[in-house]
Amino acid sequence: MVSLLGIPPQVLFGQLLLGLINGSFYALLSLGLAVIFGMLNVINFAHGALYMVGAFVAWLLLTYAGVGYWGALIVAPLVVGLLGILLEKSMLSRLYKLDHLYGLLLTFGLALILEGAFRHQYGVSGQPYPIPDALKGGQNLGFMFLPNYRAWVVVASLTICFGTWFAIERTKLGAYLRAATENPTLVQAFGINVPVMVSLTYGFGVALAGLAGVLAAPIYQVSPLMGTNLIIIVFAVVVIGGMGSILGAIVTGLGLGLLEGLTKVFYPEASNIVVFVVMAIVLLIKPAGLFGRER
Amino acid sequence: MRTLLLAGTALLTLAGTVVPAAAQVSDNVIRIGVLNDRSGIYADLAGEGSAIAARMAAEEFGNKVAGAPVEIVVADHQNKADIAASKAREWVDTGGVDVIADVPNSAAALAVQGITKDKKRIFLMSGPGATALSGAQCSPYGFHWTYDNYAMAAGTGRALYEQGKKKWFFVTADYAFGQSLEEETTRMVKSLGGTVSGSVRHPLGTPDFSSFLLQAQGSGADVIGLANAGGDTVNAVKQAAEFGITQSGQSLAGLLMFISDVHALGLQSAQGLMLTTGFYWDMDDQTRQWSKKFEAKAGKKPTMVQAGVYSAVKHYLKAVEAAKTDDADKVAAKMRELPVEDMFAKTGRIAANGRMFHDMYLAQVKTPAESKGAWDYYKIVKTIPADTAFMDPKQSGCPLVK
Repeated sequence: MVSLLGIPPQVLFGQLLLGLINGSFYALLSLGLAVIFGMLNVINFAHGALYMVGAFVAWLLLTYAGVGYWGALIVAPLVVGLLGILLEKSMLSRLYKLDHLYGLLLTFGLALILEGAFRHQYGVSGQPYPIPDALKGGQNLGFMFLPNYRAWVVVASLTICFGTWFAIERTKLGAYLRAATENPTLVQAFGINVPVMVSLTYGFGVALAGLAGVLAAPIYQVSPLMGTNLIIIVFAVVVIGGMGSILGAIVTGLGLGLLEGLTKVFYPEASNIVVFVVMAIVLLIKPAGLFGRER
Repeated sequence: MRTLLLAGTALLTLAGTVVPAAAQVSDNVIRIGVLNDRSGIYADLAGEGSAIAARMAAEEFGNKVAGAPVEIVVADHQNKADIAASKAREWVDTGGVDVIADVPNSAAALAVQGITKDKKRIFLMSGPGATALSGAQCSPYGFHWTYDNYAMAAGTGRALYEQGKKKWFFVTADYAFGQSLEEETTRMVKSLGGTVSGSVRHPLGTPDFSSFLLQAQGSGADVIGLANAGGDTVNAVKQAAEFGITQSGQSLAGLLMFISDVHALGLQSAQGLMLTTGFYWDMDDQTRQWSKKFEAKAGKKPTMVQAGVYSAVKHYLKAVEAAKTDDADKVAAKMRELPVEDMFAKTGRIAANGRMFHDMYLAQVKTPAESKGAWDYYKIVKTIPADTAFMDPKQSGCPLVK
């Protein structure tokens, strides 16, 4: 059999595809973080916890209200988004005049509270969430068995990523938003309600996290720990991509997913540190990140 | 005035140490430290449930042995060996803790074993699986209670081999426990004439197993052995179903599975899995009765680790009562002398290497149709007698065995 660096090609292709799938998760989560940082200058440490809440809302809807996956895909991000707006209005909005660090500390505390509450209520082993019937099974691609659900996750994430990028970089609303973050006083003078816009942006950013949570629920156990597992990697992705850069978050998310996949083939033990090695190198060479602007 | 007060306090403290109320028990309290994972991936299989089990054992003695009150303290080692070691040291040096119990996570347990050995404190291991704990790293004060990786290999490994699953591939948690479990199962499979086509090591607490499962799938093995535990096993089993691993003819072996894992997975995903366990709540009247009491306090049925903590603590307290002291040497000797008899181990005995010998059980997870409701999860396929379930102490490599 032909092999590439001692690895059979089908294994390699399989891992690359899986890397792409994980990468699309990273992209979706870091997109939300990048939107929030880019527009609000808040380092949202509660992002992982809100992702977990998204998954739990889906599970609660299924268990107690009989609302299935497709319904949850719409309802859960709305619930998480509303929760986000509530948090922003009641707490975060008081911190904008202070240093970044205060926002980080507040959201970190919120993350701990949310996780602690869910852990207390539901334990750590997590709850099972079934794959929706329409997406059960998979395709035999020759080099690997691709579950339909994972393919759907890639398509859904990429669509949402592109849509968000388009809305912020190419539409009038996005232009207002970008202007409001550059010079809020001036934009307010044009009659645009900046505080409402900021709340909605935070709500939208965390709704993306909630959506990622619903997408993740059928793959992982719906567990209070799921956010903690992912958030550190996602932060690394955002830092590498350049804090606040939308395109950077998407491209880096996918790229690092692929890199992680490759590491799992060649040296699996290092798979959970490779992202941080890359982060260290990027920060040394380009402190603002790959797509970031120096501020 | 202040100096006078200080002097007075110092005198009182001195008096307290010179004339203790019950002469045989150090600082006049039997303090049991339950040290385990209370927040991470092993918190459901051990966690607060283990503390509840320890308290239940103490209650059976009226919270008093040899004239001294029994106190249970708890701490979270967060699955980190260094945290476990510093907590154990603090407990022994300044906390007046006489015995440390549970400690799931073999890396943490190995660290605690070293400390309790040096400082002469009894160590009751219910959670950890590494065979080194009653092997090369054994201690005169360490008691390996509930299960170990050899027992898992001898139970599940052998049973699957006998079903014709001869070629194995391992997905292994990359730390002391996983490596030991893979090693033991490999040895078992090879000794029977089977082969191991490869293995892949993953970091502890990995959420996504797809890459590893894909490699396992590509290996062409008959069985994919999951040498991991808790949340890792749960995620691996769940994702194996997604990748159609069992449908394509490969079997999945959860080499260490707890009832909390099965509960978390749901029977839909877990049905048919074979597993080895030291305890199942629905075995006989005694286990059912005890488990019912446990459930009233914990809100769920006990895992084998939690039942094992109860049994070990109870045996320890029995030994203290019999020896009339908490002196570790005397208590350890008494523990080895007395038979272990409770709802967990009907005819248990402790070997020279600290291994507690008791029957193990091979179980198969029921299908949703077979199950009559919550926690009705296992069919006990067979009883594995103590002598074949555990390694012969002479082979364990423990220097205490002569």
